Amino acid sequence: MRPPDGPTLRDLTAAASLSPGRFAADADGRFAIAELAAAGTLAAPPDAYRGRTVLISCERQLPAVQALLQLDGVARRILLCPPDLSPEHIPAVMQEAEVDAIVSDGTGPAAQAVGGTPVAAIGPDKPGHDGLRHQSDTEWLLFTSGTTGRPKIVVHTLASLTGPLDDGLVVAKDAVWATFYDIRRYGGLQILLRALLGGGSMVLSQAREPVADFLARARQAGVTHISGTPSHWRRALMTPAARMFSPRYVRLSGEVADQAILNQLAAAFPGAEIAHAFASTEAGVAFDVRDGLAGFPASLIGSPGAKADLKVVDGSLRIRSARTASRYLGDAHRLADADGFVDTGDMLELRGDRYFFAGRREGIVNVGGQKVHPEEVEAVINQHQAVRMSRVHGRNSRITGAIVVADVVLRPGAGPLETIRDDILAACRQALPPHKVPATLKEVAGLEMTDSGKLVRRGA
Amino acid sequence: MSVRPIIIEHIVRIASQQKKTLAPLTDDLPLLESGLDSLCIAVLVASLDDSLGVDPFDQDGDISFPVTIGDFIALYEHATA
Repeated sequence: MRPPDGPTLRDLTAAASLSPGRFAADADGRFAIAELAAAGTLAAPPDAYRGRTVLISCERQLPAVQALLQLDGVARRILLCPPDLSPEHIPAVMQEAEVDAIVSDGTGPAAQAVGGTPVAAIGPDKPGHDGLRHQSDTEWLLFTSGTTGRPKIVVHTLASLTGPLDDGLVVAKDAVWATFYDIRRYGGLQILLRALLGGGSMVLSQAREPVADFLARARQAGVTHISGTPSHWRRALMTPAARMFSPRYVRLSGEVADQAILNQLAAAFPGAEIAHAFASTEAGVAFDVRDGLAGFPASLIGSPGAKADLKVVDGSLRIRSARTASRYLGDAHRLADADGFVDTGDMLELRGDRYFFAGRREGIVNVGGQKVHPEEVEAVINQHQAVRMSRVHGRNSRITGAIVVADVVLRPGAGPLETIRDDILAACRQALPPHKVPATLKEVAGLEMTDSGKLVRRGA
Repeated sequence: MSVRPIIIEHIVRIASQQKKTLAPLTDDLPLLESGLDSLCIAVLVASLDDSLGVDPFDQDGDISFPVTIGDFIALYEHATA
């Protein structure tokens, strides 16, 4: 048997350090990193999984981390199943990925799946199945964070997940990482891999854990580096727990970071470096921005020698790098174009010497033929000191096809919306052309987030 | 209560917000000569939907699009009757 092409996750973690101070913890458990791979939920010795396609289904994140350490370099494929994946998708997902083993602690989507799904720990040997023939790197299968229908499965390897980056983040060996994300999703997995390969520790969130509890746990565990989406952070800043926390590094990704949230984080965490990164499950991490300003310098586009090649075509950001996923599983749809560029679907607007994210191509509201990106309107509304967060969407109109409307969450003590509505709208009118100014503002107590930490935009 | 004063009040407020100069609002004034553009009218319809709970434009089947201010008000008077 030939070993896999590259070093495994376990090798790289050990190479970083096996110092006894390193740990991984969630709300229910804590392990020294050196001990992590010795325990876990595998039903058989790791060798029994050789050459197999293993679905990992657990509610908690820590057992999934253990399984990754045990199975990378052993399994043919590891399918990371986020806990919010609808169990009804499990049979189709298993078929598409050719799953023939399940690692589960009895929780997670596969355990809840009904309709004749086999939940046997390890399937029978198929005719011709020969684990010893497994000769290449383990494929890591991740779900896209699409919110409608069954998400696509994206194929990565440990090499593509940890490819070189121009992100200037020098991580001290004593870094303690945390993320609001689930590590079964690209954004969370990136943080886990930074912790494991960078010699640090990791504090994991728990499904349905209140933000305040997670922050309190992070603070007690001495978290120094923490990441989440702007929506996660807006929610976190609403809790008093955020005020007692003083991380050294705060990272945003997964959604557009507007100037308001960057300013609010800088004010809340004066000792922290605030960075916002661009990444997608398909394209990988492309770059990060550390100057405290929304958008990114136009010089990043087409910059020679960069680890990621960026270009703008038809208004959207295209990325090619060693971090790009290789393909979608079971889908004829190509992930990248013939030159290897991934179309992110994120629309850019050049203002001066900076590009700003204007929103998703498919999220555009069409007002009488003029395009409005909800995010650019939200960025203006969120600048208002009375506003905590907002969601802008289209409302059907028989006159113009659609008009722009907004739901806003006010800060505590901001007073009733009636007293500040005109002020917010005046700010919009000053910054935006008339068709982008919300026709109505509605106060809401909160805004729903997806399990991947993004604002729910259904109906938008 | 008549919807007429409510509609007039909304028209005046939206015109002022959108920085449009309104012509004197008479019943035979064509809507598109009132100073309101189609975006203003779309905003007006949404805003009246919120305060009156009716959107006469959002009905099944074709409606004849109101030509004058009087037609517009009549549409709402009919819908709220």
